Amino acid sequence: MSGLEQVSAIRLQGITKRFGPVVANDGINLEVERGQILSLLGENGSGKTTLMNMISGIYFPDDGEIFVGGRKVTIRSPKDAFDLGIGMIHQHFKLVDVFTAAENIVLGLDGKGKFDKKAVAAKVREISERYGFDIDPDKKIYDMSVSEKQTVEIVKVLYRGADILILDEPTAVLTPQETDKLFAVLRNMKADGKAIVIITHKLHEVMAISDKVAVLRKGKYIGTVNTAETNPQALTEMMVGRAVSLNIDRPEAKYRDLRLEVKGLTCRSLEGVKTLDDVGFQAFGGEILGIAGIAGSGQKELLEAIAGLQKAETGSVLYYPPHPNSEIAGYHVPVDRNGEELLGKTPSQIQKIGVNLSFVPEDRLGMGLVGSMGMVDNMMLKTYKEHKGPMVDRKPPKALAQRLIQELEIVTPGVSTPVRRLSGGNVQKVLVGREIDSNPTVLMTAYPVRGLDINSSYTIYRLLNEQKMKGVAVVLVGEDLDVLLELCDRILVLCGGKVSGIVDGRTATKEEVGLYMTRVGGGKEEA
Amino acid sequence: MSWLIALITAAVVTGAPLLFGTVGEILSEKSGNLNLGVEGMMFMGGAVGLGAAFYYEKAVGAAASGPLAVLLAILAAFVAGALGALIYAFLTITLRANQNVTGLALAIFGTGVGQYIGELMRVKEGGFVAVSNELKTYFQNSPFPKALQDIPVVGGLVFSYNVFVYLGIIVAVLMGLYLNRTRSGLYLRAVGESPATADAAGINVGRYKYLSTIIGGGISAVGGMVYIMTTAGCVWNHEGLSGEGWLAVALVIFCLWSPYRALWGSVLFGGLMILYLRLVLPFFPTQLYKILPYVVTVIVLILTSMRNNREKQPPASLGLAYFREER
Repeated sequence: MSGLEQVSAIRLQGITKRFGPVVANDGINLEVERGQILSLLGENGSGKTTLMNMISGIYFPDDGEIFVGGRKVTIRSPKDAFDLGIGMIHQHFKLVDVFTAAENIVLGLDGKGKFDKKAVAAKVREISERYGFDIDPDKKIYDMSVSEKQTVEIVKVLYRGADILILDEPTAVLTPQETDKLFAVLRNMKADGKAIVIITHKLHEVMAISDKVAVLRKGKYIGTVNTAETNPQALTEMMVGRAVSLNIDRPEAKYRDLRLEVKGLTCRSLEGVKTLDDVGFQAFGGEILGIAGIAGSGQKELLEAIAGLQKAETGSVLYYPPHPNSEIAGYHVPVDRNGEELLGKTPSQIQKIGVNLSFVPEDRLGMGLVGSMGMVDNMMLKTYKEHKGPMVDRKPPKALAQRLIQELEIVTPGVSTPVRRLSGGNVQKVLVGREIDSNPTVLMTAYPVRGLDINSSYTIYRLLNEQKMKGVAVVLVGEDLDVLLELCDRILVLCGGKVSGIVDGRTATKEEVGLYMTRVGGGKEEA
Repeated sequence: MSWLIALITAAVVTGAPLLFGTVGEILSEKSGNLNLGVEGMMFMGGAVGLGAAFYYEKAVGAAASGPLAVLLAILAAFVAGALGALIYAFLTITLRANQNVTGLALAIFGTGVGQYIGELMRVKEGGFVAVSNELKTYFQNSPFPKALQDIPVVGGLVFSYNVFVYLGIIVAVLMGLYLNRTRSGLYLRAVGESPATADAAGINVGRYKYLSTIIGGGISAVGGMVYIMTTAGCVWNHEGLSGEGWLAVALVIFCLWSPYRALWGSVLFGGLMILYLRLVLPFFPTQLYKILPYVVTVIVLILTSMRNNREKQPPASLGLAYFREER
């Protein structure tokens, strides 16, 4: 091994890439050795993915040199990258849904004629055993969970004999347990002499898994440090360029009044499975209510049922207007003080009776925004009904778009650039900004910081706190328990569609919430 | 019983051109290219295929070899369709033009070219383009010996068809084997499902798209020639082919992108096309009979989308252009 370590597995020198007038990468240098894990750190839009796409042959650099094993190479296509032993696991999985795992794994490999399923399956099993995966070669991708799909992606790369692995935000969609499993696999691969580059936003993961950290900021290379010699605070400063506090505020709101009362809510999926089972809780204005749970425990269905997007079988959702003295009172049509039933109403009916619910869905570009439209048009989606007459008035939405760009520091070439071209964090800011601007009394949001960098995440936390202080009832579905415990006033834990516990964010521990998530210890007595 | 056998045999013959048109289009669509120009390519194939047989016979006279004439007609039709598909491929793959618009343009363009060539031949040859009766037998009669054809029931149902019916079945089965059993077929399907995935896996997306569109166009065009040389009686008739290509596009959807299902699907569509001749109901206008294939297609679409079977959906990126650096 000591002989190999003299030559880096891959080295980049002065790599530059421009997209039109935008310089995505500006003279980047990077080096990874065999048996080493390098974290590539940077905010959204700092050029991490672009850089890795150049190594894997998706983009071609405008300038600079790439060395693999000490030899200068030209990577023109993904095939070239494979031939050099470079494999990339993309953030958005590149898998064919209707194919089996084995079919996806052999995709694009040389080898003529008939496709020998048995031989492929045997080799897949061999790789799985070596690194500790669990994979069924004959399972179709559309039947797989996110973490299984990721496993297929990794095996696909290893099957091709890759020595240099690039993982683009592999943990963004994984549960804590799945992440631990992935890291164990990565350590096995590292011990096997592979060079690994991992892109992630989560600083504690960087500290846990990597040997070295390279930091990019706005397309520029800031530097590389040894993980052992640094800490999250220092890394954040390198990344953002200034000191950032990593503490999340939890201010006390002036008014805390009952806003939503959910009783006995039960929903079924199209297949007849109960997605929500007798769910009951209260949400207060001036409070952030966190919702925790393993992915698919009914979080999505709960928010959608309240927002009028999903039919409920039984139960009721009562809405109470905000405190007359609070900041948000008075903007809205008066609502019955004794509670207004929301179930059975469509979103526009809910709006008509004067209830202003804002919903920031998980699927930002699917349910939240129209990807191919610009910011102005997306702003208009919320307000087009307010303007009378057949023509649309684009001035107010345009002003709003410009204001959001300023206030939330949204990075975009212009208000009419399709929002799908923006990076994840900026897309989220557009969506949250629009929803907040409509002066909601209830703000529901699912995984608002998924895939966002630290700076953007903190902007979102700040926005949520601002809403809470105004007296809005904030319902936040989250996956990072550390964040939920720091930010939320109360945390409701869902397990298999049932409420397994409601805890106080100030006093609860991560272990306690974790137990409720799997219902060990039973949640009934406390709820 | 004999009425049914007669209907089935007639349906198989009527369905053969559709089978070629459909199998060719399946190949194209499996690569993600929705080529709506089938109608145009079939017109080109029909006119050029007839022309090839006609001028070959004219050149060599009585010494004309039947099998060679058939082969020339197939080749000429294939090349004509492939050229049409090449235009489409260049516009949609290299220049990334909208597939629907380009396909419709090709349908109009190809129909025009086919009509022009056909009419030009007809006028030049004195108002009538047809191969001799002798040569016709090679296009229209069964290649099997009389003894086999005379077997009761089986003879009519299995051995009585023209050579193109058997060729069509072979092409469809080979296509099914290629798509489902070979690596290359797997890669082709990957290109149609998710070109970005195929590209990242090192598959040459452009090459697969070009080849399958061009070869598929060629196969579709052979269907046009088959129609002219069998159903239309080896004579140029400028309206004869109308609608065949559109039916083929509908049949692709009907058989859910499977060449195997196209085998019986083409017989069913062929049967529906001639039903108005064989099952005459009073007060039931012919036009209503003629929409039956489309009605059946709509019903199949509704049923498959209701069952929501992931295997029976169109290729996921059908109709979309692929550009590697698009985000």
